[in-house]
Amino acid sequence: MADPMKIRAQMKGDVAEIRILMSHAMETGQRKDAAGNTVPAHFIQSITIDVGGKRVVDGQTGTAISRNPVFGFKMKGAKAGDKVVVNWVDNKGDKRTDEATVA
Amino acid sequence: MKRSIVMATALTVTWSLPAAAQTKDANAEFEKFRAEMEESNPAELFELKGEELWKAKRGPKNVSLAESCDLGQGIGKVEGAWVKMPRYFADADAVMDGERRIVWCMTEKQGFKFADIAKKPFQGANDNNAPDITNLVTYVASASKNMKFDMPLHDDKVRDAYETGKAMAAYRAGPYDFSCNTCHGADGKRIRMQNLPNLSSPEGALRGVQGWPGYRMTGGVMLTSQWRMNDCFRQQRFPEPKYASQAVTNLIAYMTGNANGQMYKGPGIKR
Amino acid sequence: MEMNQTRRIVLRGAGSIGALSALIMAGVLKPTAAYAADWNKAAFEAKDTPAALKGLGAASAAESKDLVLKVPDIAENGAVVPVDVISNIPNTTSIAILVDKNPTALSAQFSFANGALPEVSARIKMGQTSLVKAVAKAGDKFYIAQKECKVTVGGCGG
Repeated sequence: MADPMKIRAQMKGDVAEIRILMSHAMETGQRKDAAGNTVPAHFIQSITIDVGGKRVVDGQTGTAISRNPVFGFKMKGAKAGDKVVVNWVDNKGDKRTDEATVA
Repeated sequence: MKRSIVMATALTVTWSLPAAAQTKDANAEFEKFRAEMEESNPAELFELKGEELWKAKRGPKNVSLAESCDLGQGIGKVEGAWVKMPRYFADADAVMDGERRIVWCMTEKQGFKFADIAKKPFQGANDNNAPDITNLVTYVASASKNMKFDMPLHDDKVRDAYETGKAMAAYRAGPYDFSCNTCHGADGKRIRMQNLPNLSSPEGALRGVQGWPGYRMTGGVMLTSQWRMNDCFRQQRFPEPKYASQAVTNLIAYMTGNANGQMYKGPGIKR
Repeated sequence: MEMNQTRRIVLRGAGSIGALSALIMAGVLKPTAAYAADWNKAAFEAKDTPAALKGLGAASAAESKDLVLKVPDIAENGAVVPVDVISNIPNTTSIAILVDKNPTALSAQFSFANGALPEVSARIKMGQTSLVKAVAKAGDKFYIAQKECKVTVGGCGG
C-alpha cells in the first residue's frame, strides 16, 4: 500500500496555505535500471483537494513531477478546523487519501 | 529566433565570467530557492516512518526503542539528543554518534542482528524505500530542530574521539594521496558547482553537519551522515569503512565539536 | 449514452466550458467525475509544447505579464526544480506547467474552484536547459508566460 502523505494546512490572515508531501517513485518510463532494463512508467496522474467538503483543486500530473512530489496551494474562505482531504491516483490504479485539519 | 538569441547571450555571459564568480552567482541563485525547498522537505516523509518505527515493538525481543533506548537524555527521550551526540555511552563503553547509537539499541535492546542491518544500511539511488535505520535517524535528528550543537567535548573520551577524528582528517593515503583536508581543510575549494566547506573552521564544520541526515535530490533518497562519510572515503579512493564504525564516529565528532554552539536546522535537503 | 462516448465528448469539449457545464447541468456527469477519471492523455503524452498546448485547448494562448512564473535561472538539480506560478489575471480557473525540452512537455495542470487562489508551487524534473512555460485559463481565453532555466551537471552530494 502507498505510504501516507504529509499535509499541512495553515491560516495566514484570511488565506489558508496548504502544503502537501507525497511519497511516490514518479518513474518516467525512460530510466534504465542497473541491468539495463527500462523501468516502467509509474506516476501520479490525478490529485484532488477538498476543503470543508468542497472540491478546491483538481489536478492532473505527468511524468515530469519530481519523485516524492511536493505541492503548495492557497485558498480563501477556509477557516481553522476545516477538514482537508487530499487524494491521488496513479497510472497503475494505486491510490491514497489522507486528511488534515486547517490550523 | 528570439530564443536562440537569448541562449546565445546567456552563453556569452557565462563564458566571460571567471569560474569563481560563476559559482558564486549560481550559489546565490540556489540560495533564493533554498528556504522554499527546506520548508517543504520530503525528509518529513521519512521522519513520519521513523517515528512509527521508534514507537513500535519490534525485533526478536519485541520491545520498542521508545521504551528501551537511551540516546543520552534518558530512555526513549529524543528531544535534543541528536545535537548532543557523539557522546560517551557507559553501557556500550564507547563514544557513539546518533546513528551508531540507534544501531546499538536495535541490536542490544531489540535483538536485531548487526549483520542484517549492515547488509544494506543506506538507501540506493531510486530505491523506493529507505532502510529502517535511516528513517529512525531522520526522526531522532528532527527532534533537535533549531537546537544548538552541544557535543560534550569536556568529556575526556569524547575529546579523544575528536582528536582522533582530527588526525584522521589530515591523514593522506590512497592512490591519489588525498586526505579529507585536501578538499576540506582550507577555504575556497569546490568540486564543479559545489563549494566545499573548510571543516577546521566553525562555519565550515557547521556546513559539514548541517542538513544531515538529508534528502538528496539526486535519486530522491534519504541519506545519513554515516553515508556522507562513507562516500567521502569512496571519493578519496580509500577502502570504505565498516558500517557504524568507530572511525566514522571520530570524524563526526571532529566536525560536530568544531560546529558546537551553532544552530542545527534539522534534516535537510541536499543536491 | 455509453460511458466511453461521454468521456470522448468531455475530452473534446475540454476547451469549452459551455459543453462541459451543459453535461453537468443535464446531470450526465457529476462535477468531480468530469475531471478526475479523465487524464488528458492527448496533452500529457504530447512530445512538444505546441502539441501539448493543442491538447489543452490552449493553442492560441496570448503572452501575459499578469501571469507570474518563478523558476531558478540555474537549477541546483534538474531532478528537483522548484516552480511557482501565480496568476493575477481575473477569473483564472486553471494553470498548467510545461517544459519545452522535456520528452513530454506538459508537467501538470490544476483547476481551481471554491475559493482556491489561482496559484501553485510544484517541483519538476528537467532533462536539460529549457524554457519553462506557464499557461493560465481565464474565462474561455488562455494566457502564457515563459522563463529559461539552466540545468547544470552534478557535483557531490552536499
